[in-house]
Amino acid sequence: MALIEFTKRGIYCKQGDFYVDPWWPVDYAVTTHGHSDHVRFGNKYYLCHTLTKPIIKRRISEDLNVETLEYGESITRNGVNISFFPAGHIIGSAQVRLEYKGEICVISGDYKIEDDGITTPFEAVKCHSFVSESTFGLPVYKWQKQEIVFNGIKNWVNDNINQQKTSVLIAYSLGKAQRLIKNLAGNTPIYVHNSIANLNEVIIEAGVKLPKTIRITPETTKDELQKGIVIVPPAMRDSRWIKNLSHPVTGICSGWMQVRAHRRWQSADAGFALSDHADWPGLMEAITATGAEKVYVTHGFTAAFSRFLNDEGIEAAEVLTRFGQEDDEENKVDLAGQNEN
Amino acid sequence: MKRFAKLIQQLELSNKTNDKIAALVDYFNYADDKDKVWVIALFTGKKPKRPIKSALLKYWAIDITQTPEWLFAESYANVGDLSETIALLLPPAENTSDFQLHKWVEDLHDLEGKDDETKKDFILSAWNKLETQERFIFNKLISGNFRIGVSNKMLVNALAKQSSLDSAQIMHSIMGKWNPYEITFHELINGIHVNTDNSWPYPFCLAYALEQEPEKLGDIAEWQAEWKWDGIRGQIVKRNGELFIWSRGEELVTEQFPELHFMIDVLLDGVVLDGEILAVQDKQVLSFSTLQQRLNRKTISKKQLDDAPIGFFVYDILEYGAKDFREEPLSIRRNTLEKLIGGLDESPVMISPVINCSSWEELADLRQTSRSINSEGIMLKKLNSHYHSGRKRGDWWKWKINPYTVDAVMIYAQKGSGRRANFFTDYTFAVRDGENLVTIAKAYSGLTDKEIKEVNAFVNRNAIEKFGPVRTVKPELVFEIAFEGIAESKRHKAGLALRFPRILRWRKDKKADEINTLEDLRQLLQSTL
Repeated sequence: MALIEFTKRGIYCKQGDFYVDPWWPVDYAVTTHGHSDHVRFGNKYYLCHTLTKPIIKRRISEDLNVETLEYGESITRNGVNISFFPAGHIIGSAQVRLEYKGEICVISGDYKIEDDGITTPFEAVKCHSFVSESTFGLPVYKWQKQEIVFNGIKNWVNDNINQQKTSVLIAYSLGKAQRLIKNLAGNTPIYVHNSIANLNEVIIEAGVKLPKTIRITPETTKDELQKGIVIVPPAMRDSRWIKNLSHPVTGICSGWMQVRAHRRWQSADAGFALSDHADWPGLMEAITATGAEKVYVTHGFTAAFSRFLNDEGIEAAEVLTRFGQEDDEENKVDLAGQNEN
Repeated sequence: MKRFAKLIQQLELSNKTNDKIAALVDYFNYADDKDKVWVIALFTGKKPKRPIKSALLKYWAIDITQTPEWLFAESYANVGDLSETIALLLPPAENTSDFQLHKWVEDLHDLEGKDDETKKDFILSAWNKLETQERFIFNKLISGNFRIGVSNKMLVNALAKQSSLDSAQIMHSIMGKWNPYEITFHELINGIHVNTDNSWPYPFCLAYALEQEPEKLGDIAEWQAEWKWDGIRGQIVKRNGELFIWSRGEELVTEQFPELHFMIDVLLDGVVLDGEILAVQDKQVLSFSTLQQRLNRKTISKKQLDDAPIGFFVYDILEYGAKDFREEPLSIRRNTLEKLIGGLDESPVMISPVINCSSWEELADLRQTSRSINSEGIMLKKLNSHYHSGRKRGDWWKWKINPYTVDAVMIYAQKGSGRRANFFTDYTFAVRDGENLVTIAKAYSGLTDKEIKEVNAFVNRNAIEKFGPVRTVKPELVFEIAFEGIAESKRHKAGLALRFPRILRWRKDKKADEINTLEDLRQLLQSTL
């Protein structure tokens, strides 16, 4: 009997009687990471990585009942062994490994292969069946090394400062924002929107080292911002606040920016292909490394990606989930009409 | 090539004309002279001959990346551009090069007539030393068009700014005949190959819309009334044995309208005529949608010449005997015009007729018949007026007929820009087609601020889906849309397109099931053809 089934409430482990990232309230929710399409309000108990706990408490409610695991740690629930391994997606993101009577299943949540400098890097886990996302499951999505992308962003910022323009980067407040802060920190001060500053506080309190940033307040002057880097969540994108800055230019950091049509569809001034999801080679590398006999493909280009895996001799099935369909509450504006949480 | 790649990126990233012009000026300041000539050639549609079929490029890309054909097709569907799909699919380049643009063009040119193996070797080695964005451009050099929103006018403005030369002169130069393999940048923009002294046009005299009763203009005997034609305003310039046709957009369009070339033999040197380029058959003006088949084409087929024959209805004469004639009163200019070309009876060029009326009432009645002759109303010109530069109040008025209207329902909304950036102000409208709704127009203006706020609240409450900045909304709000014309269109799902659609008023009294149907519009389309 399979270890997991896909139900209308979410991914369910019958033997252990718990769900992974359910989208309707359940008794026991194993949680891969803190993005809102993976963790929702209303579950009786949550099990997540230590670093995810303060994040979901801040974002959902302080009253949640949360148990935690470190990477490599495990607990047993109704005879099913549950352990966490790094997924490399965002701070605290975990792949969930289930083992029952020698059968191993790994639910990866969202993941990326490249070490982003702030998230514990992805670690492949041997298993019989593997649940994978396919947000960028087409071979045209191949990321450049992040150093190259960040150099591009830095050059853009420097050009803007020289031309008296204000650089505004649009990035998800959980994940992308911290990655930008970590990798852009240097001589140029970084100013962040409230929602990002709040999350940074939580993350720093949990013991993660983040470079210094400045919270934007009504007292922050346009002149200061013009000489710095401004990071705001997608909801702010078309806001009056940005328009009122001194010659604002916006840059979107998202994997979708790889493609011209998506860049042009956005009314941004620049697009940087920087993603917290695995690119096509990354997906293939991860799946091969797990040695899985069966792959369930959840959100993204599920049809194309599972067809390709089957052609390659890896049994794969598309699964309809709600992952990637809902963005976090503060990020009401989509990127390229598609979600990338 | 890297510099050119950067230019393309800059042009793609901005929708603002000023940014684009700045990017072009910057490019023309620093790029290699030979490259600049090619950029002008590419942007004005002087494409080098295609040395390799796109299908071969695709096949080679599939071959070296070992991508299944169906997966290539899936990728292409997501990316939307063949050159770009190939550029993204290829593995990272192993070598680097910074070949200049003109060098690539020349090397590609040399491939002509070579066998497929040689071509393949060249392409594969090129792919292997270009970055993704450069590869995309390289593929475009072979197979496609650069659709990056740079009009001839914009290019000319950038060149004028960069070189401090006169823009009409540059327009003439780059629209003339030249060979990008031979000409230098300096020769090109200075118009060594053409005589730019011959071509320059005058600024058009433009009219304001008449918003008062025509009676207030005084005695009708002091006015000349003409039909207002719905075509492309143009000037025909004949100087020193050369003929030039300019459009109102200050583009040189001589080559597009061969029917008018005979004027080179008819007109004396030193004559400039102002008039309207129209589709004309047997002296009857055809609809604007017929004319449209002839606009912005690089080549014209026999069928297009037959289906949409061009004529020119002359309004005015601006230069006569090589002298500026614009200070003469209209009555004198008109007389001169009639003496000069009044006899061109059987030709597609004729003087736009004057409407003879003894009272404003009579003229108002005639105005109601405008549509039957594909006119959009009446022009009123003071008989003693000069030919002004640009728009000036008082001497010329356009007295247009009321627009067509259709009742349609709003189905998409998008936020505006500038002052209205926080409100949904850009709407897409649909009419009924059986059970379905089919979009027919997008309109930005026509509502008061109060109404915009109301619609905005409706959109926020009734958004169904979002696609990037666009919201799909419940089809409930009905608007009366005004428009100037209707044309067949293969590009739109409805099979037709409206000209200058705008919101006339919000029909709060109507429900979504009371709107017009696609059939209504089709009938209107038939009746205008």
